[in-house]
Amino acid sequence: MAEHSTFRLDGRPIPFAPGQTIMDAALAAGAYIPHLCHHPEFAPHGSCRVCVVCADGREVSACTAPAAKDMEVESQSESIRALRVSILQMLFVEGNHVCPACEKSGACQLQAVAYDCGMLEPHFTHFFPRRAVDASHPDVILDYNRCILCELCVRASRDQDGKRVFAISGRGIGSRLIVDSPTGRLGDSRFAITDKAAHVCPVGAILPRRGGYRVPIGERLYDRAPISRVGDVAANEEA
Amino acid sequence: MLNPSPSRIAAAVERSLARLGRDPSLVLQHLIALQQTFSFVPPAGIDRLVAALGVTRAQILAAIDFYAFLHLAPRGDYDILFSDNITDRMLGNGRLMTQLCQLLGMSPGSTRADGLVSVGLTSCTGMCDQAPAMLVNGLALTRLDDARIRRIAALVDTRVPLPHWPQAFFAVSNNVHRPGLLLSDLEPRDAGLAALRQQGPDAVLAEIERAGLRGRGGAGFTTALKWRFCREAAHPEKVVVCNADEGEPGTFKDRVLLTSYADLVFEGMTLCAGIIGAREGFLYLRGEYRYLLEHLEAVLQRRREQGLLGQGMADTGTDFDIRIHLGAGAYICGEESALIESLEGKRGVTRKRPPFPVTEGYLERPTVVNNVETFLAAARIAEHGGYWFRSEGTDRSAGSKILSVSGDCERPGIYEYPFGTSIARVLGDCGAQRTQAVQVSGAAGATLGVDEFQRVLAFEDLPTAGSFMVFDDSRDLMEMVRNFADFFVHESCGFCTPCRVGGKLLRDLVEKVAARKASRHDLDEMRRIADVMRRASHCGLGHTAPNHVLNTLDKFPQIYASRLASADHTPAFDLDAALAEARALTGRDDVGAHIAADVGC
Amino acid sequence: MDTRVRPKLRVATTSLAGCFGCHMSLLDIDERLIDLVELVELDRTPLTDIKTIGDCDLGLIEGGVGNAENVEVLRTFRHHCKVLVAVGACAVNGGIPAMRNSFALSDCLEEAYIDGVGLYNQGIPNDPELPLLLSQVHPIHEVVKVDYFLPGCPPSADAIWTFLTELLAGKPIGFPYTQIHYD
Repeated sequence: MAEHSTFRLDGRPIPFAPGQTIMDAALAAGAYIPHLCHHPEFAPHGSCRVCVVCADGREVSACTAPAAKDMEVESQSESIRALRVSILQMLFVEGNHVCPACEKSGACQLQAVAYDCGMLEPHFTHFFPRRAVDASHPDVILDYNRCILCELCVRASRDQDGKRVFAISGRGIGSRLIVDSPTGRLGDSRFAITDKAAHVCPVGAILPRRGGYRVPIGERLYDRAPISRVGDVAANEEA
Repeated sequence: MLNPSPSRIAAAVERSLARLGRDPSLVLQHLIALQQTFSFVPPAGIDRLVAALGVTRAQILAAIDFYAFLHLAPRGDYDILFSDNITDRMLGNGRLMTQLCQLLGMSPGSTRADGLVSVGLTSCTGMCDQAPAMLVNGLALTRLDDARIRRIAALVDTRVPLPHWPQAFFAVSNNVHRPGLLLSDLEPRDAGLAALRQQGPDAVLAEIERAGLRGRGGAGFTTALKWRFCREAAHPEKVVVCNADEGEPGTFKDRVLLTSYADLVFEGMTLCAGIIGAREGFLYLRGEYRYLLEHLEAVLQRRREQGLLGQGMADTGTDFDIRIHLGAGAYICGEESALIESLEGKRGVTRKRPPFPVTEGYLERPTVVNNVETFLAAARIAEHGGYWFRSEGTDRSAGSKILSVSGDCERPGIYEYPFGTSIARVLGDCGAQRTQAVQVSGAAGATLGVDEFQRVLAFEDLPTAGSFMVFDDSRDLMEMVRNFADFFVHESCGFCTPCRVGGKLLRDLVEKVAARKASRHDLDEMRRIADVMRRASHCGLGHTAPNHVLNTLDKFPQIYASRLASADHTPAFDLDAALAEARALTGRDDVGAHIAADVGC
Repeated sequence: MDTRVRPKLRVATTSLAGCFGCHMSLLDIDERLIDLVELVELDRTPLTDIKTIGDCDLGLIEGGVGNAENVEVLRTFRHHCKVLVAVGACAVNGGIPAMRNSFALSDCLEEAYIDGVGLYNQGIPNDPELPLLLSQVHPIHEVVKVDYFLPGCPPSADAIWTFLTELLAGKPIGFPYTQIHYD
């Protein structure tokens, strides 16, 4: 077997196989790069931009950029950290992320990545969009206020469930998640709690019912240790 | 056209299916056909397309919501959209729209209660040399003035069908003021195809390589290299796409090329097909140029009859044909991977790269996407040879560039120059006077001040897709900034966070400055947001969308400074206006029902 | 801790559109309050019931900006405090009160004063003594310049203690992981 090539992530050598992205190789080597729309079971997407790194002087998304031999990748520099925080702040002001009123709080990837990056405040002017909550499905609440347009549910439903229940509609700041059903409501779609798409949402937008606040505060996924050690929400849900 | 009968809808869908086909990738083309027939996409039509094409309802709704020219609710029988580029604004499109709406008894941005007419705005329609312009049911009207507006109002109110409107209203002039290397020879001879037949694809590709031709869409990738990569890609079915989605504000040269040089454009595409071994070709025509569709289809048909397209075309031993796909009002589809998504019937969202289209493009097939002008240049190079092309331009920017000149000048129109020509030269030729700024390469391009007019148009100095907008010293450049900031909010595809959210944050701050409510802190915020967009966006749209803000902050700081509030920090919103609703609900208007400006203590 | 005698820092606090939970959390620093009063003296705050603010070194703002009075109080604090801190979720991003932003103000007031169950003498109050509501609840940085942000609903007593002691010591403020949370 051919010897692995390596690149350097914040000075640390990371081996990679041909075709691997910076993200894949880093995660495989146990090095964490913050991310939201990336999920190892799905094709790289590159929309949230939280995994932005500086590779040989150019900013790229680690989840889509192929690793290259001897590449110098910066992920933890102050410049990249600040850039990442700005992107997170943009996501926070775009939606309605009321952590104190959210069941997902404490086990939310958006929140956890923001903690990890040291974000203390949303900084920008809030949009306070008026969005709906769809409670039509017996097993799941769909709260559009929290959607960050990562398209993991879109991809899971299409690529694993073979149902194409979700799609992104509109464009620009009007982009929004929609449901494929005659009424547009989740309860009238082919969506089921057993779908992969029910278990990939990194935030509290697709929230299975009857599980709220089961884990006491202080013992939730990210209460004691950061996501860089604990790993993604989806990985822990399956475990 | 309210409530078309189910049988009419069914018939329209069947007609469209029979004409275009049932491949799921055609869904956008079917939706455009329904929109044109009914002034909206009726729900029953959606049901039928879901059943016929095997696409989901959500995919169709998503597309309708994405493309500006598709609607779920009926538009007026006359659907009027004023072009809203800054050059249209400088010539009074806003006043004309207000006038038309007054005459029709309606407000802008609405459909009249009787359903007869809708009036609104749309992004640049590519008529800046004969602005102000509008689209009526997708067809371009130019040179609007008070008299035309009065006449249009009367035609609408008396329900005169569009084909009976004065033909002069729809006249579109070429306005070629300075033909150069490419434009001075109109004659289609298909000599490039003859060269392909006689010398073979390798020799022709070598000439294009020798010519040093680089893509004319602005990015400047070496054309021969792109074609070679595509040719060498493993997948056997290659595709040629001509990007005629000329949406960069202020550019209109492709309109002229497609009007008067379509044969050469198609010849260039055919050459490319012969070289890379493609059988399938597309011309992606922006919806705003739909008035050219009939002409272009006729040219294609003639070329088929001449044996220049279709089976065994041009005796090269390959079959190649070209289909025209329409866009539907989305600037982002000028980006090659978004264009491919749109060709596949989806929302025009840019793809990640790699893979690049040359290895995985349309339906995952190796695809060459080139600009209209690039194909035209390739055809001429095949005829005259690479050295002929290289005889003009600079070392790194061979040949000529066709410019679309508009704004404050005596002779707006098309000018072709060798690369390496200075801004000052162009300004002199087009009769621009007292120029304070030039916007090169559209809203995403560079804003240049007087001290930069000796800079030259070339990939190594000022790369350009051809838009050249002139602003004289009577103009307030803040109006340009507002126009562009709005444009990018409207045209961001929404895929990535920095462009989707950052674009709106930036626009809101531009409006805050324009309203004289911003502080110096807000200017720092604009730079911060622009920095995030430039560094972290997914595609070129997001990377370049803040250029106009950064350029003007650096080069025209007075347009900001003169509007700043004296305070170090000002609220993000109008505090007193935020009480208006409560005042109305309580009927109060006492002192306590207002918030005065903060004057310190 | 530096034992030289220094002038005490003057601190003011207030709660705008909030629930006083952040003030409760401040009191939850328990016996460390004794250390704190060695370092600071309190100006206007619900803890002292002082109603007017003098010049202060530090202003702690709990709650978002939901009405005209909130704006006035916040501006007064900004003018009098060298350093202004957004304390807690509501001040930082609007928090729970900002959930009313999902509804029109008329719907909120009609539900509360006209259509709600068990109401009598219905009608939206219009007494000039009452502060008018803003159409939306805003975080405080959308109204005034804010120097520091301390998230949490409420920020834990430990987080408040870390913040105050490091600020007073003139150090850059670094929170341990478990002290940063948004809920």
